[in-house]
Amino acid sequence: MTAEPVLELSNISKSFGNLVANDDISLSLARGELLALLGENGAGKTTLMNILFGHYTADSGEVRAFGNILPPGRPRAAIEAGIGMVHQHFTLAGNLTVLDNVIIGTESLSQLRSDRTGARDKLSALAEKFGLQVDPDALVGDLSVGEKQRVEILKALYRDAKVLILDEPTAVLTSIEAEQLFKTLRGMTETGLSVIFISHKLAEVMAASQRVVILRAGKVVAEKHTADTDRAELAELMVGRRVTRPVRTDQAPGREILSARAVDVVEDSRKTLDNISFAVHAGEVLGIIGVSGNGQASLGRLTCGLTGASSGTLMRDGDESRAFSPHALVEAGTGRIPEDRNAEGAVGEMAVWENAVLERIHDARFSKRGLVDRTACRTFTDELISRFDVRGAVPDTGTRLLSGGNMQKLILGRNLATSPNLIIANQPTRGLDEGAIAAVHSELLEARKNGAAILLISEDLDEVLALSDRVQAIFNGRLSEPIAATDADSKSVGLMMAGIWGDADAA
Amino acid sequence: MRLERRDQSSLALIVAAPVAAIIVSLTLSGGLIALAGANPFDAYFEMVKGAFGSRLSISETLTRTTPLVLTGLAAAVAFRAKLWNIGGEGQLYLGALVAAWLGHNIASVVPAPLAILVILLAGMVAGALLLLGPVLLRIRLGVDEVVTTLILNFIVLLFVSMMIEGPMKDPLAFGWPQSVSVDRDVLLPKLLARSRLHIGLLIAVAAAVLIWFVQTRTVFGLETKAAGLNRNAASFAGIALGKTMLGVACISGSLAGLAGAIEVTGLKGYVTLDLSPGYGYSGIVVAMLAGLNPLGVVITALFVAIVFVGADSMSRALGVPSFIADVIVSISLLTMLVCLLFTTYRVRR
Repeated sequence: MTAEPVLELSNISKSFGNLVANDDISLSLARGELLALLGENGAGKTTLMNILFGHYTADSGEVRAFGNILPPGRPRAAIEAGIGMVHQHFTLAGNLTVLDNVIIGTESLSQLRSDRTGARDKLSALAEKFGLQVDPDALVGDLSVGEKQRVEILKALYRDAKVLILDEPTAVLTSIEAEQLFKTLRGMTETGLSVIFISHKLAEVMAASQRVVILRAGKVVAEKHTADTDRAELAELMVGRRVTRPVRTDQAPGREILSARAVDVVEDSRKTLDNISFAVHAGEVLGIIGVSGNGQASLGRLTCGLTGASSGTLMRDGDESRAFSPHALVEAGTGRIPEDRNAEGAVGEMAVWENAVLERIHDARFSKRGLVDRTACRTFTDELISRFDVRGAVPDTGTRLLSGGNMQKLILGRNLATSPNLIIANQPTRGLDEGAIAAVHSELLEARKNGAAILLISEDLDEVLALSDRVQAIFNGRLSEPIAATDADSKSVGLMMAGIWGDADAA
Repeated sequence: MRLERRDQSSLALIVAAPVAAIIVSLTLSGGLIALAGANPFDAYFEMVKGAFGSRLSISETLTRTTPLVLTGLAAAVAFRAKLWNIGGEGQLYLGALVAAWLGHNIASVVPAPLAILVILLAGMVAGALLLLGPVLLRIRLGVDEVVTTLILNFIVLLFVSMMIEGPMKDPLAFGWPQSVSVDRDVLLPKLLARSRLHIGLLIAVAAAVLIWFVQTRTVFGLETKAAGLNRNAASFAGIALGKTMLGVACISGSLAGLAGAIEVTGLKGYVTLDLSPGYGYSGIVVAMLAGLNPLGVVITALFVAIVFVGADSMSRALGVPSFIADVIVSISLLTMLVCLLFTTYRVRR
């Protein structure tokens, strides 16, 4: 590596109110280097990259690109200095073509005609050079997530980026697409580009990066050459203590609790679930794995009683006639963990106790003749808080003040406290840190041990493989046949997530 | 400069917001009073004197407070559930019209105390029914209730006009557009002898306490709160949004209808087109100033009543147009909206 760093951040600090997001962070990036920025959610990774790119202004510290100080708070200066950023949520216009998306903003407004031929040539050359194949005339709205990400990368390269920053680039990719992405990134560093990618996934950091900087609670806690470290060490550095995820033990499944036969769901006159069938048994975890946006949201709404099947049968306890309304499901002993805890799981502006009892407020233990028994509600909430280790909460705390992990523990707790026989867990650990993930996993496995049937809908392959007895993949609204978790590995499941499975793939 | 969401708004801040809003409003209006050629301090002194200076003025202020508490509650209950009922004025007039008709016709059939109860209930039902239409349209078809309830105000006012010029016209009113009068037996008892103050004030305050109880202590209150704050989470929890909304509409509409029925049976005895000087609309200001808190509504209704009653006597003493009352109340709504912003957000740098 050359001596002169292409990018240098020195002593960056940034606070939001009382929260110190970045605390005296320094790091440098060499030419041709593939650096991973590893940390849990809330460790300050994204804040740091937003400061680097000029979206935020640091309270103190400076950013140098190629030896020159970048003026703070000016994304355009960062772009001109050769820094390109690929955000977690893409910033593309779906109704424009790939070419339009790439050249937008690069041409002067006073220019009368846009130089599309030149632009097309430059784009094709870049795509060719880095193996980022994409049709320049395709509408971005029609592209897959992986292709959109390629367009984002091309957009940065088109602006002559020499340093590329990717924020959680694999969050929306299948494992195969992710592998492909890292291959591309490695190819880019070989031509002299430098890349920083943000991640909280140990596996990909180990597999792809050359060097890794670990952030925890806003501070750099360690910096390692990837070759000199291992997963366990990184995990411990990232979390600050040893965290072991719980392990599933073998047990025989019991009777059928929830099943679907050839169910279609149509929402907003669009078929979101197409002829799906599955069955979950007592004491069993059925994992539904898939890349975001393939019908999981709809499956969650269907099984939580928020939307109905337009054809096919859905059965609770083998009984076709059972109602699938939220109320009926809760009455029948269903624990429901919604996909988006802020939008659906809890009302942020209400107190913790109000959220704890909201689903069951009609139960005799919480209300009598329409009057809320506030003492009983608060006592129940107190038990919940201590039993499920919801930190920073008393019954009257505003729910919005809880961290994501503690809010999830509250939601999990209010469901598990009543010993449900069925749990619908939709993305139960999305956005949680390692410690909270381990807590949620052990609670789910504990419920399984006690005989609950669990439908786990998740995008996290590690999670699905660790918890599930059987796995089905969801792709484009269709479900694969189930395979036993013992037969599943990341390779075979990766193919299933891409919609490639034996019989069902007639299309 | 940026706005940043506060973690929690302190109680002090929540109380400070309407106080600050009223102070800013009085300061700004003071400028207008000065422009009109009077000393603002004199003007506000006259205003307070006009509202509290004598037994008569106190009773007048409280008489004005009564309908404002009820229309304020109507708005507060609805807004809390994110039901934008702007139709308080129309609901009030319909309640009044029904009360006048019944008061004229059933007093001879039904004994007085029962008749009063029936009249007030009928006024409430009328107000509730008027709001149900727009709410059903919203639930079923997504029609914006701000528009429908607002427009209904004009329709109802024209309907009232038609009735008091036609079928319900008082033949003894020398041709004035005025409805028939209610029977003397069904007039609400006075609260204070030799004044216009009637027991409607007690009914209004009791309604405020009742609404507070329903909102904070009942299952319906909890479910309404959840539905108003986060529709998705409420429906995930199994709360029937449509039913909750209909329940809220019934309460809100009946409160405004009750205001009309009480104005007729407690004060006027008949309906004219100037029965309400915009109580339905002022109720929105009352509710907002109170931060939608039903108990707070009683206090802010008193404030608005003071401004209106006081402005009349200020106008007589100093020659400042009494329209200044509308200006003060309107500005206090605008400043309250700004102050509310600062209870949930703080300014950074």
